[in-house]
Amino acid sequence: MNNEERQESQLSSPALALQMEEEIRATSPWKDTVRQLRKNKFALIGFIIIITFILVGLFAPLLTPYGYEQQVLQDRLKPPSAEHWLGTDDVGRDIFTRIAYGARISLQVGFFAVTGALIFGTLFGLIAGYFGRWVDMIISRIFDIMLAFPSILLAIAIVAILGASLQNALIAIAIINIPIFGRLVRSKVISLREEEFILAARAQGMKNGRIIFHHILPNSLAPIIVQTTLGFGTAILDAAALGFLGLGAQPPLPEWGKMLADSRDFIQLAPWTLIAPGLCIMLVVLGFNLIGDGLRDALDPRMKN
Amino acid sequence: MSEMILNIKELHTHFFTDEGEIPAVDGVSLHVNKGEVVGIVGESGCGKSVTSLSIMQLVPDPPGKIVSGDIYFKKENLVKVKNKRMKEIRGNEIAMIFQEPMTSLNPLFTIGNQLREAIRIHKKISKKLAHQKSIELLKIVGLPRAEEVMAEYPHQLSGGMRQRVMIAMAMSCEPELLIADEPTTALDVTIQAQILELMQKLNEEKNTAILLITHDLGVVAEMCDRVIVMYAGQVVEQGTVRDVLKDPQHPYTKGLIRSLPKLDEKNQALYSISGTVPRPKMGRVGCRFAPRCEFAFKKCFEQNPSLYSFQNERRSRCFLHDQLEGDAFKNGKATIGS
Repeated sequence: MNNEERQESQLSSPALALQMEEEIRATSPWKDTVRQLRKNKFALIGFIIIITFILVGLFAPLLTPYGYEQQVLQDRLKPPSAEHWLGTDDVGRDIFTRIAYGARISLQVGFFAVTGALIFGTLFGLIAGYFGRWVDMIISRIFDIMLAFPSILLAIAIVAILGASLQNALIAIAIINIPIFGRLVRSKVISLREEEFILAARAQGMKNGRIIFHHILPNSLAPIIVQTTLGFGTAILDAAALGFLGLGAQPPLPEWGKMLADSRDFIQLAPWTLIAPGLCIMLVVLGFNLIGDGLRDALDPRMKN
Repeated sequence: MSEMILNIKELHTHFFTDEGEIPAVDGVSLHVNKGEVVGIVGESGCGKSVTSLSIMQLVPDPPGKIVSGDIYFKKENLVKVKNKRMKEIRGNEIAMIFQEPMTSLNPLFTIGNQLREAIRIHKKISKKLAHQKSIELLKIVGLPRAEEVMAEYPHQLSGGMRQRVMIAMAMSCEPELLIADEPTTALDVTIQAQILELMQKLNEEKNTAILLITHDLGVVAEMCDRVIVMYAGQVVEQGTVRDVLKDPQHPYTKGLIRSLPKLDEKNQALYSISGTVPRPKMGRVGCRFAPRCEFAFKKCFEQNPSLYSFQNERRSRCFLHDQLEGDAFKNGKATIGS
């Protein structure tokens, strides 16, 4: 009785009620994750790398006096110098300028292609894994068919249907990545479905949607995040491959992968033409991987102190 | 007679596997009265857990399926009830706690988060109120520093504490029936006693009926009003705990009780029932226990005995009652029933 009275008075006191509200908010898993992420130095480095590239892409026109398509034929294959920080390519375009503008394209390709694949792949994977039976049959067989093609061939076919452009290349890359996410999520869901806490959640009368998005999805995030960060790298490389075949970024758009592909003839003569875009792709992929690692650790309560 | 809250009639739950149909629950009938504590005892694989999952309509499907039978919860037949209604019943009117407290909480969310959620599934109340109620519940189940525990994650709690949380969660909507599937098996003995005491207290204070599934006759002796002994998917004996433990009728129950270690007998080899539990399969002829039974005779291998009823709601599934009528069972006149 005494206890109840005290609790009631606690509720009526506005200051205490406010404090309690804060407590409720503070225990939200997302808040915890953000707090945890701030402590992780490697994740911070990853963020800095990605943000730097985003800023370079955004402010490209301010950072360089040249245009990315501006050719100066007498300055072909010049090594790095004060005028051309990263040298010039085989038609005399400033590589730093192209890298800066290219950051826009490559980050966009990586982001949209992976996000598209992530959303649809995860959704299909969750549905297939949770409901099983014929739903799983249909979705999994479609994934199998998609995976049976060499992925680049499938992408070429999709671009051929949609027409050659960077945007369509992006859509194609997203589509070929859907089964990769889908199968990953499905297998995770199938193992989670047998867990006792999912059974307990069902025994509490929880609805399917809530179980899927509130209990199964958060518990399958770790592999999804790792796949996402890896996906950024492959998406950028896939875009490069399509660009190389003339199906992705159309010249003179400065897409990193295409820059890499275009300059592979000059590896001995002018290695800087390869090193710059190659290094940038590597750095972006590294950045996303570091963020992904940090995010995975931050999401696992067992890693918290 | 007091009011029945749960009444299972001739329940058959079968699993359809590559090796054929397996009758995990093979014609089980039992009931639980309002406010009563009923124990189901049996070896692993005798169908006790599948019975409890059948009540909740949570038998993994595929491969499991309730083939026939009725499960009446008050007036409703849970086998026929709509999915949506079943979700309202689960957690709200019938709650369940599980064997493994280590894995029955979501590892990613705090205790408070999960308790609040459990309350808000069935009750439309504000987060703040749910938070208050959660703390109250944690105090009722005897968790020290309830406020702090609310912000902690499952891995920070011990097994006993987690089981208390599970009980708090199960009690959050004040269900009329609590199904406890081996709630103390994974806990050590002192914690076991505390958890049983807690469940007993809840039974007395809130008048919650409890269906306790266990393989521990000690737990049954301590907790239950009535006990149901299961073997290979069938009920072999039932009655009040006092009757069954003091004067077991079925040879299997006798064996179970004899195989309990006794503190006053030193260096005695423990009695064990020879043989193993048979794999349930379709179309089995004869008494399920016959191959392991020391009293088995020819008829036992030819037909399955039906349940013989005695006074005081006592039942036993054995042909011995035919022969030894009036001799071995002075207390009861045997009448043949199903």
